[in-house]
Amino acid sequence: MAQQRARVDAVIVGLGWAGSLMAEELTRAGLTVVALERGAWRDTTTDFPPAVDTDELRWSTRRGMLQPQAVETLTFRNRPDQGALPLRDWNCFQFGWNVGGAGTHWNGMTWRFKPYDFQPHTLTRRRYGDKKLADGLQVQDWGVSYDDLEPFYDRFERLAGTSGKAGNIQGQAQPGGNPFEGPRQRDYPLPPLQRTRACDLFDAGAAKLGLHSFPVPAGNTSGAYVNPLGVHMAPCTYCGYCEFFGCGNWSKSSPQACILPALKRRPNFSVLTQSEVLKVNLAADKKTATGVTFIDAAGRLWEQPADIVVISAYQMDNVRLMLLSGIGKPYDRASGTGVVGRNYAYQTISGASVFFEDEHLNPFIGAGALAQAVDDYNSDNFDHTHHDFIGGANMLIHSTNGRPIGMGGAVPPGTPRWGSDWKKAYRDSYQNSNSVYCQGTSYGHRDVYLDLDPTYTDRHGMPLLRVTFDWNENDARMAHFIADRAVEMGHAMGAKVVSRFEPTAKAFSPMDQLSSHTTGGAVMGADPTTSALNPYLQSWDVHNVFVAGASCFANNGGCNPTGTVAATTLWAAHAIKEQYLKNPGPLVKA
Amino acid sequence: MDRRSVFKSLAGLAALGAAPSAATGAVIGKHTILDPGLNPESLPQPALTGGLAFLTVAEARTVGAVFDRLIPADELSVGATQAGCVEFLDRQLAGDYGRAATQYRQGPFVKGTPQQGPQFQQTPAERYRAGLAALDAYCAQAQGKAFADLTPDQQDALLTDMEGGKVDLGGTDAKAFFELMLQNVREGYFADPMYGGNKDMAGWKLVGFPGARYDYRDVIGKRGQKLDLPPVSLLDRG
Repeated sequence: MAQQRARVDAVIVGLGWAGSLMAEELTRAGLTVVALERGAWRDTTTDFPPAVDTDELRWSTRRGMLQPQAVETLTFRNRPDQGALPLRDWNCFQFGWNVGGAGTHWNGMTWRFKPYDFQPHTLTRRRYGDKKLADGLQVQDWGVSYDDLEPFYDRFERLAGTSGKAGNIQGQAQPGGNPFEGPRQRDYPLPPLQRTRACDLFDAGAAKLGLHSFPVPAGNTSGAYVNPLGVHMAPCTYCGYCEFFGCGNWSKSSPQACILPALKRRPNFSVLTQSEVLKVNLAADKKTATGVTFIDAAGRLWEQPADIVVISAYQMDNVRLMLLSGIGKPYDRASGTGVVGRNYAYQTISGASVFFEDEHLNPFIGAGALAQAVDDYNSDNFDHTHHDFIGGANMLIHSTNGRPIGMGGAVPPGTPRWGSDWKKAYRDSYQNSNSVYCQGTSYGHRDVYLDLDPTYTDRHGMPLLRVTFDWNENDARMAHFIADRAVEMGHAMGAKVVSRFEPTAKAFSPMDQLSSHTTGGAVMGADPTTSALNPYLQSWDVHNVFVAGASCFANNGGCNPTGTVAATTLWAAHAIKEQYLKNPGPLVKA
Repeated sequence: MDRRSVFKSLAGLAALGAAPSAATGAVIGKHTILDPGLNPESLPQPALTGGLAFLTVAEARTVGAVFDRLIPADELSVGATQAGCVEFLDRQLAGDYGRAATQYRQGPFVKGTPQQGPQFQQTPAERYRAGLAALDAYCAQAQGKAFADLTPDQQDALLTDMEGGKVDLGGTDAKAFFELMLQNVREGYFADPMYGGNKDMAGWKLVGFPGARYDYRDVIGKRGQKLDLPPVSLLDRG
């Protein structure tokens, strides 16, 4: 029998970026908010100061900050006709395991998706007519436009202290910025990070190819900063301990550094840590939620009644919690009906490893988002008339770290992996290698989806989420094209050895560390037959449940997802405050 | 993985609403006084010094011989055993890593496709115990000697075959065991010296990694220049 907690206006499941941003908005509107976080409280001074942080083995190799598979994992298969097996050890997916979620251990690349990315169905038809798409592809609009989201992207960049250079302010091109970005109301709050030798080499290569390079927008502060909540951030020190690490400098955008110091002072906010939500409880008619059931670290069950339930855990956990709670109709691949689990997507990765001669790249000087990029081949930024695919990829060079356990494999192809020849090659490559890394779009496909595993369970006996995924034909064709562009870039940069990288040419494995960017499964849209959520992230079926996070993406864009996670969350929060609270019910008629 | 037990003592400070707080988690709100001091569980945890904690002397000899072929002593730097990689491995196997504390351990255990990742029923510690015994048994049968007593050329040939999946070690997946040893020896050679390997920061000096530094603002402007920053370790035990 679960113990009862006092009713609150809103309960937030998962206090990462999406949960923190939602909590900030709702508490500022006067609501009493309780957040439930399965991980522990972690903060800069207490958990990851510089004297603790600089430990590759602990945080990166052993992933000391991430949620262990022992707590919860997922099962995986490439195709629907295979049996799925659990991912038992660390893999490409990076679930947060603390207050701050994945927003604590991320790298900080803070992109906006392109206008096309939100309306790929409409805009593809508009530009190319009835373009033939690869079999099984499920391309659909998000029910929200870039222009709708622009104020919320802007808000997040202000909160996060993003460093960058605008390329398009209100339609006016800005030299040095990304000419392909959607129009922005103003520049980033901080100028770009300092540059590295790798950035210079990339710029030279881009110039030779006639491409437009620009600094990647970074959630690493290029200087001291005070955000709109009055929270102070300090300058990034380029330490090279970002991804998998907390930031000891208050210089990486994170809920801890940017939101929680203000949120924690509000009397109408509290967070229960080490409290894992097992299900959202529904009223008898299944049209509203009554609250959530959670389990504490001692294994005791609790009920937290609430008028509004915000599901804002990791993308995959959002979908799992909806399935476990019976919110929305599960996707059924055989009939092509149902929406929860539909349009799961990953990031389509390709590129080229590059090896120079007699360089001193000093890879240990870096930051999570210190990178130089081109977007000429991303999204619909180039003419696809004569290509047999839609979408594209960002292409970048990344000065992120020189941590030597992880870099051990970065030697030219054909080099032995051990012995004296390896040692010599690694010593040389350490100062001479990097990669042209391409993060591509990914679209939903009939045979790619999330559902509950029939066999494997978590430690509480609840079914694990089952992922059925392989690269689809459209995305593989795109990646093939992009890998060729990456090879061109490598040569244009003057690399002595350029090694083409096209993981989409074979079956996908989550054990390959290609990207952690995983999206969809509970997507937003204007059509309830193809989306689990309406354009305000509100469940079509249970109107007081809102689901925030990358699970809402109808497709993945050709860049990192966090900026869009934040923008869609703030957009939904605005709708809750301005519309839902005045008249609770469906914000859009199904 | 309850790593934040410090909050157990704080839980009573901030009961919210009518219900008692979840006693083993924390309720953190406006009136919570959070201890600004370092969470004890966040402190760096150096490896114990002293004798072997998991490996037997014979196992240490075998794995040391393997490690010294994977990262041999040469004109560039010391070899793996001199850098403490066996001691590193021993401490890792005696701890959470060796116990597979973070791994999903529920059955059924089924061998899947390569894409589905490792499905080992054994922990890393158990894999070493079985794998090193299988390796020596194989060498005894094929060459009449333990692995450590083979010539370096014979050792390299056997390791190359293991890497290529051409050796049958009975119940041990030889290729997977090779990959495990390669990963662990690199860890030992390049992890912070406090874990028992990377003695005198030999691994970091080999490649020119400055170690546990946290601020490069003074040198980031020297783009493309040789910096020669001496490495520092987390606890200065290098």
